[in-house]
Amino acid sequence: MIRITRRVEFSAAHFYHNPNFSAEENLRVFGKCNNPHGHGHNYTLEVTIAGEPDPTTGMVLDLKELKEILQAEVIDRMDHRHLNYEVPELAGQIPTCENVAAAIWKLLLPRITTGKLDRVRLYESPDLFADCTAESSHHNGGRA
Amino acid sequence: MKVSLTRRYRFAASHRLHTPRLSESENQRVYGKCSNPYGHGHNYFVEVTVSGPVDPATGMIANLGQLDPFVETHILDAFDQKYLNEQVPEFAPEKSLVPTTENLCRVIFQRLRTFPLAHVDRVRIEETSNNSFEMEDSAAAPA
Repeated sequence: MIRITRRVEFSAAHFYHNPNFSAEENLRVFGKCNNPHGHGHNYTLEVTIAGEPDPTTGMVLDLKELKEILQAEVIDRMDHRHLNYEVPELAGQIPTCENVAAAIWKLLLPRITTGKLDRVRLYESPDLFADCTAESSHHNGGRA
Repeated sequence: MKVSLTRRYRFAASHRLHTPRLSESENQRVYGKCSNPYGHGHNYFVEVTVSGPVDPATGMIANLGQLDPFVETHILDAFDQKYLNEQVPEFAPEKSLVPTTENLCRVIFQRLRTFPLAHVDRVRIEETSNNSFEMEDSAAAPA
C-alpha cells in the first residue's frame, strides 16, 4: 500500500466560547482564546490517501483531483472565514483544532472514492496539530 | 474516526553517551564523538500526543491550559538547560542508563503517563533536524 499526502493552507478566525458557561467559566477554561473579538491562524492541512497505484496511471489518486476536492470542501468553505459564524459544519461546536480536523475528515470522507482517506492532520500552528484517522488505521499505535 | 492532539515543545540540554559496562575503547567505537568526556548538547523538540474523546463542552481532548503547565513542570523544568547525565535522576550514574534519545523517549513517556486529564499516546523527540525517535503506548488496546 502507498500513502500520498497533499498539503494546503488556509487562514481563518475563531474564538472559543461555550454559551452554557458563565463568563467567568469561559475565561477560566478557554483563557485568551475566549476573546470575543476572535483571533486567527494560518492553518496547514495535510490530507493522506492510502491505496494501491493504478497499474495504468501509476497513481493512487490523481493529486489534481485531490487538490480540487480540497479546494471545494475545505478552502472554499474555510479560507478567510470566521469559523464560529461562517462554517455551518462547525455550528454549535467550539472550533478547536480537534473539532475543525474532525469536520474536515467528515467533509472529505464521502468525496474520496479512489483510495482510502487515511489521515487528516491539521496544524493550527507549527507547535500544535490534530490528527484524525480511521479507527482501524495503523496510525493507532502502529497496530492495524 | 479517532482524533488525537499533538503539542510540540522544545528544550536544550547536554549529554554524553558512555556506559561503564563497556571499556573506553568500546565506548569510543560504539558512540564515537558522542562519547567525548565533556559532553555536548542539542536543541530537542518533543511532540506529545494525547488521544481520547473530544469533550463536547470544550471541543478539546485536553486543555492546553492544563497540558502545557504539566509538561512545563514534569519535563521542561527538569530537562531544559541541564546536563542529562548528572541532573536528571533517571540518568544518574548509578542507574547506568545511557541518555540516548531512545532512552530519553522512555523517560519522558514514563513521566507523562501520570498526566491525569487525557491519555498520552505517543512521544516523539527530534534530537536534531535529521533524526527523530518516537514511542507509542504499547498498552493501548488494539484498534
